[in-house]
Amino acid sequence: MSFLVLEGLTKRFGELTAVDDLHLKVEQGEFISLLGPSGCGKTTTLQMIAGFVQATSGRVTLEGRDLLSVKPAQRGLGIVFQSYALFPHMTAAQNVSFGLEMQKVPKVEREQRVAEALALVGLSALADRYPRRMSGGQQQRVALARALVIRPRILLLDEPLSNLDAKLREEMQIELRQIQRTVGTTTLLVTHDQSEAMTLSDRIVVMNGGRVEQVARPHEAYEHPASPFVASFLGKTNVMAGRLTQIADGPRVAVGDGHWPLAQTSPNRWSEGQSLHVTVRPEKISFVSGPVCSLGGEVRSRIFQGNHWLFQVDTACGPMTVIRQNDGSALPLEGDRVRLGWPAQDMQLRAESSAS
Amino acid sequence: MNRQQSTALTPWLLAGPALLLFLGVVLVPLIMTGMLSFHDFSTSKGIQPVFLLKNWEEVLTDSYFHEMFARTLRVALWVTLACLVLGAPEAYVLSRMSPQWRGVFLLVILGPLLISVVARTLGWALLFGGQTGLINKALMGAGLIQSPIPFMFTETGVVIALTHVLVPFMVLSVWTALQRVDLATENAAQSLGASAFTTLRRVVLPQALPGMLSGAIIVFALAASAFATPAIIGGRRLKVASTLAYDEFLNTLNWPLGAAVAVLLLLGLTATIVGSNRLVERRWAQVFQ
Repeated sequence: MSFLVLEGLTKRFGELTAVDDLHLKVEQGEFISLLGPSGCGKTTTLQMIAGFVQATSGRVTLEGRDLLSVKPAQRGLGIVFQSYALFPHMTAAQNVSFGLEMQKVPKVEREQRVAEALALVGLSALADRYPRRMSGGQQQRVALARALVIRPRILLLDEPLSNLDAKLREEMQIELRQIQRTVGTTTLLVTHDQSEAMTLSDRIVVMNGGRVEQVARPHEAYEHPASPFVASFLGKTNVMAGRLTQIADGPRVAVGDGHWPLAQTSPNRWSEGQSLHVTVRPEKISFVSGPVCSLGGEVRSRIFQGNHWLFQVDTACGPMTVIRQNDGSALPLEGDRVRLGWPAQDMQLRAESSAS
Repeated sequence: MNRQQSTALTPWLLAGPALLLFLGVVLVPLIMTGMLSFHDFSTSKGIQPVFLLKNWEEVLTDSYFHEMFARTLRVALWVTLACLVLGAPEAYVLSRMSPQWRGVFLLVILGPLLISVVARTLGWALLFGGQTGLINKALMGAGLIQSPIPFMFTETGVVIALTHVLVPFMVLSVWTALQRVDLATENAAQSLGASAFTTLRRVVLPQALPGMLSGAIIVFALAASAFATPAIIGGRRLKVASTLAYDEFLNTLNWPLGAAVAVLLLLGLTATIVGSNRLVERRWAQVFQ
């Protein structure tokens, strides 16, 4: 029996279906991300679990007990809101203390637990400060301490880092992961930031248009996306038109003027001559000299991005993005004629009809 | 150099017309009223431009004037309290409405402000109307009271009518404060285990408090200085500071005494407003700025 189970969870707003028949099983202590573009239903899902939105149909069970029939105030979930939703008229310590007061925790224990929670997020020095006098990152920590101090059964995070600047966001991601590991609370994170989801989670739930596209570990979802949407949403990717051909030594995939052997792992239910969508990650592509497993093109632009170079290469299959590490090796200049190569196993193949 | 000079002058030139108007129609008459309060008056000789403290002594020592000012304060306090009790919940409901309905109800709340205070107060006079007023008839018909309540020429009547006139100011003030409240704070309180009532008391109310206080200051000042409503509902029998000053000016023609009453009212109000503003700022500065 899984810790948290969503079964056929559905929410309709009039004609619009925000969440469509969502199924998910979460184990105790797991860190799960609901990832998708805005309007994909991830926040609505979180709000149904929290109880702020009524589910149209479906079930949510926590430790085997129905959750949807419980009032939001009695669900015992810790929530960090996108706006943090700190109480502006209370100090950091009073904010954190509020949930314990509601649980009627005795004063001595309360003060001790508030101090512990503030220490956990590294804010002991700012206990008596009001939220308006704090930076975004500090407010975020108070919100996290306030949610964790009640020892919630599940921690729900609604885009908690989206209001922070890039550098602080990265720091908070690492810290959030450490804190979650320390306290071991089962956590559900809603985010539209794929790198955030990959950094933090044990598993990612990629959502689009109210439906789940894929549930997988970050590496698996990135390397083996279940749909073109997942492939394009998780990181950058190149999509090309390819075709299945038969050459003396076996079936091959033809892309532009090059062709690749069909990898062992590829399903073999395709017939010869069939059109395929071929997707390759930009960092898997390298500049090669051999004519066989490669695609010809001309460098349109090369952009320096610190630890890597970003190339745009015009090919017979359209513009391709190539990422090369800035490791001192010689790289082509703009206008150079190049050949792009990649290992056959790094290609994702999909029959054309299944593409959305 | 020239250009710099002209840019330094620009704000003064732009503000000039308004400053002159302020000087001409507010400051000068106020100073003249202040000076007038030290002049002498007798029915035979009229106003004597001399410097005397006689009017001030009279206003500050005579129990007749004490009663008037005490009544003004009492009425203003009751009106402020009634506006808080009626207006603050109304503003909260308004802030939680869907935008279309909010538009409609804002119009309903603000609509009365478009009608003259005199017309609205006369409306109340009709409803109160002595023994046979509509309200008394309804209350007696419902069996709630045995004999008619005297509304006309009583403080109760003045407080009711003034509350009706001034409650929109309270609603607007509290509503403005509530608009800055993050709706998610209510959800946060709930998720931490707070009941709806606790959420209201410990999360919403404290955040609405600055709006309630500024609304209270506005309502108090307007109620204490109101003229038309006390004049019509209170009449000549139930004078407050503003109707008292009016009567001294226009009925007994004792302008200097009327001026002393008016200046005292102004000083009292200014002290109240500045004092409570200080209090609000000191208490909430670090929370709401």
